[in-house]
Amino acid sequence: MLTILCPVCNISAPELEFVYAGQAHISRPGNPEELSDEDWRDYLFIRANTRGIHAERWRHTHGCARFFNVLRDTCSDLVLATYQIGHEPPLVTLGRD
Amino acid sequence: MSEQRRINRGRIDRKSPLSFTFNGSTFTGYAGDTLASALLANGVRIVGRSFKYHRPRGIYSAGSEEPNALVTLNRGPGRVTPNLPATTMELFDGLAASSQNHWPSLRFDAGRINDLLHPLFSAGFYYKTFMWPKSFWDKVYEPLIRRAAGLGRAPTCEDADNYACQFAFCDVLVIGGGPAGLAAALAASQTGARVILADEQSELGGTLLSDCCSSINGQASDEWLGRTISELSERDNVRLLARTTAFGAYHENFFGLCESLTDHHSTLGPNAPRQRLWRVRTKSVVLAQGAIERPLLFDANDQPGIMLAGAAQTYLNRYGVGFNDGPVVATNNDRAWLTAFDLARAAIRDIRLVESRSTVHPALLAEAARLGISVDLDSRITAAKGGPSLKSVRIASSSSGDERAVSCTELFVSGGWTPSLHLHSQSGGKIHWRSDIGAFVPAPSVASQFVAGAGNGEFGLDKALSGGAAAGRAAAADAGFMTSDSIPSYAVSTQDADYLIEPRPPAHFRRAFVDLQNDVTMDDIRQAIQEGFTSVEHIKRYTTNGMATDQGKTSNINALEVSAAALSVAPPEAGLTRFRPPFTPVTFGAIAGINRGDTFQPVRKTPIDAWAEENGAVFEPVSLWRRAFYFPLAGEDKNAAVNRECRTVRNAVGMFDASTLGKIEIVGPDAAEFLNRMYVNAWDKLKPGRCKYGVLLGEDGFIRDDGVIARISASRFHVTTTTGGAPRVLSMMEDYLQTEWPELKVWLTSITEQWAVIAINGPKSKALIAPFISGIDLDDEILPHMAFAEGEIDGVPLRLFRVSFSGERGYELNVPSCYGRQIWERLYNAGQRLGLCAYGTEAMHVLRAEKGYIIIGQDTDGTVTPADAGLSWAISKAKKDFVGKRSLSRADMSLSNRPHLVGLLTVDPSHVLDEGAQVVSQSPGHSPLGHITSSYWSETLQRSIAMALVAGGRDKIGDSVEILTNGSSSPATLTSTVFFDPKGERLNA
Repeated sequence: MLTILCPVCNISAPELEFVYAGQAHISRPGNPEELSDEDWRDYLFIRANTRGIHAERWRHTHGCARFFNVLRDTCSDLVLATYQIGHEPPLVTLGRD
Repeated sequence: MSEQRRINRGRIDRKSPLSFTFNGSTFTGYAGDTLASALLANGVRIVGRSFKYHRPRGIYSAGSEEPNALVTLNRGPGRVTPNLPATTMELFDGLAASSQNHWPSLRFDAGRINDLLHPLFSAGFYYKTFMWPKSFWDKVYEPLIRRAAGLGRAPTCEDADNYACQFAFCDVLVIGGGPAGLAAALAASQTGARVILADEQSELGGTLLSDCCSSINGQASDEWLGRTISELSERDNVRLLARTTAFGAYHENFFGLCESLTDHHSTLGPNAPRQRLWRVRTKSVVLAQGAIERPLLFDANDQPGIMLAGAAQTYLNRYGVGFNDGPVVATNNDRAWLTAFDLARAAIRDIRLVESRSTVHPALLAEAARLGISVDLDSRITAAKGGPSLKSVRIASSSSGDERAVSCTELFVSGGWTPSLHLHSQSGGKIHWRSDIGAFVPAPSVASQFVAGAGNGEFGLDKALSGGAAAGRAAAADAGFMTSDSIPSYAVSTQDADYLIEPRPPAHFRRAFVDLQNDVTMDDIRQAIQEGFTSVEHIKRYTTNGMATDQGKTSNINALEVSAAALSVAPPEAGLTRFRPPFTPVTFGAIAGINRGDTFQPVRKTPIDAWAEENGAVFEPVSLWRRAFYFPLAGEDKNAAVNRECRTVRNAVGMFDASTLGKIEIVGPDAAEFLNRMYVNAWDKLKPGRCKYGVLLGEDGFIRDDGVIARISASRFHVTTTTGGAPRVLSMMEDYLQTEWPELKVWLTSITEQWAVIAINGPKSKALIAPFISGIDLDDEILPHMAFAEGEIDGVPLRLFRVSFSGERGYELNVPSCYGRQIWERLYNAGQRLGLCAYGTEAMHVLRAEKGYIIIGQDTDGTVTPADAGLSWAISKAKKDFVGKRSLSRADMSLSNRPHLVGLLTVDPSHVLDEGAQVVSQSPGHSPLGHITSSYWSETLQRSIAMALVAGGRDKIGDSVEILTNGSSSPATLTSTVFFDPKGERLNA
């Protein structure tokens, strides 16, 4: 069970308090009507499926109910950093070889 | 039956005799025995029949690695447990156990025929058989296989026990209570770190419990053990958990442990929890899991009477079990020599030691000679003979090849020792092959984990204590706890013996069992490789080696050696399959804990639910809610009740509890703008005091939810959602608000539980509510259909919606929850003179279907667009953008053969179709067209009605189709979804 530091509450809590909310930093296009079907499809469905450091969103549903961002290593499934919505991801390195 | 084989040593309490039964026969044992030790002491050599071949099997080990002695324990109804190892079952007075997998009896088992036909049952046989004829599949093969398969019989009652659960946090978790673990706990707790120590056995001590002659710091080992446990018990920062198996390692040093609380009790107190599941988060871990002995491979190496050498020593020293004269000890390492020495010191005579190496330490040879043990060096067992249990062995000299037979009824084998790597591996740790012990060791440790003792390949009491102490101190430091005290040191005097082996590929035997529990032989593994299954993952699954309840504890490494030899690679290259939790089986009850029965899931009830129960409602679950389904009067079945409720609503007036529907209050200067972006409709022009039916799409353009939305003021809306959708809709809104449009000044509040909602529908609805309402003008000009007003009802605050889900004149009264029942009862009683009745969700469903109103999740399934559902009218034409708009113009979304929601009228009006039934065309081929989403008997129309999603349905109104269900078909016509009052005149009746 992961422990995640909620950057809004500043509390470290077990995974049970949170819900996963998909890949991070995907902004809704401001002009959908100008996008081709393929570009719109990419926004809807195509995701990075990263092997390694993945920027993703979580929501503190059993806490402050705020969304926030997480950097997680998808290989070791360990949380490397958490940061607020709208902020740039911090620089992290993978601890493993 | 009197005891036959006991010697005067061990930790059992001879002053506490216990009575137990095995297969109906009564025996005596002692407090401190396991079922296995007591059976051995009573001369019971055969305890079960093997999985595939039904060969008689005896007790093989003294621990949780036991592959053979699996029994069914019967503690009464709801407490019958199959497949429990007799070797870990603490004996209690009145214990009743039975052997498994035989018919008609253990002694005479018809299943033995499988052994005679064994060439037919080699690896993967079930992929190659039971195929012809096809008619035999469910009539013959399946029932036979189901009856024959498995070991124990699955329980048929619900588990009658309670299970406790506990979260715990500590600084150092020590797993394993043998010398390494105890030393680690001492060293770690000295620093002030909070320590939890867990061991699967009934007593802490590990190998010390079977030790007869070591001393530690001048004390006899059992004395040192007793003092150490006392010392640890007295430390406030130490928690000792015996009978507790650490079964799984999870993220960030989170461990699952299962503690047995009453399994060893003779009588069970009422409600006493049987086991406790511990969820432990620790900063650092010491893994002191020890090592498990390996069998030797030779023909018929599974005979009852054959046992691991270390286990024999345990039964001798810890449980005081005696053995027959003339035992043979067969080994490839020094350690098993100690078993031979202990046997001799227990006055067992004519011991023979068969050693595969040609040279051994002279001290061992000298001691053997002194004790009168015959030794054959450079020799191996090639076959065991017996039936039903061991009678003799064949011993071969490796150099000369000469073979001879030797009578014996007991054979103690050792093929080496395998460090237990399970939790290290589950934590993602890598492993490293050591050819000098013929096994893997952890390398390197996972972060904040420290491995010590035999589990780290550091064998012997001396290394266990010093390694454990160092690991404990390092684990405490890793957790942030330091001390200037030096690490405790231990002066050990013990019989010296190595655990090293000489690496050698296994010789080939035709019927040498590798996995005893699943009856997998060397030949099975070689056959799998011959058939092309060369990856260790395939070998495992094709042969089922290592897949039984013992998870290959005594077979994985031997299988690896056999595979490597057959593949002509070094053992580490053949690889090892992944370790997964649980280490030993965990009962489902322990994992479920309190989450079962009434406490499995919360049941959400409205303020009116109690009234419904008191008035005979039949309930149905809707999401987590309990909702009144229908209100039967005396003598009514469901159909009669629902039909009466529908008639009453259309002819007089009915009342319905709509409190479960989701409600969200949206407040702020940007409230209308936010709704414009979220829903398909235009909200700017909606005046305060008016409602609109809102449709919510996902970005993919498919309908997610719907509901009436009322504007209370310029900056305040009361949004309703479906019952099941409420949390999802609010979450979706919060997602956009927090992460896409944080600049909008609008706030969302869930008010689902704050307002009780009473729906009043029917021509007499206004007459019913008017006398109780104040502050609102109910005149149809002032409050038309789809209007909203605030006021009071019977003196309590009221939000009044004039809306209808039945097609009749309707009002939904929202009052604060605490007044829900009071207002309901007022109106119900007042309504009696108007012919009012309460109606439930089924009548509600029928009435709305008659009007073609959709239900999200029933008539939609996440792939239905507004156009498919006939809701294009709701979409704002002027809005540039809203969630899902862009997707509606994707090419796929306007294909003419998309499923459209249409009505269906069967040719036979009395025939009510099945929901989910397939709709097919009437032309030859009967191509599939869609399926029925809703289907009812309509009391109003006195015939059946249905709604369906049908390909291109809107262009096929009037066409005939066939509906398939349960092997028959019936014709129907496609119609509009509005079956009744198409002009909506009854809304103002």
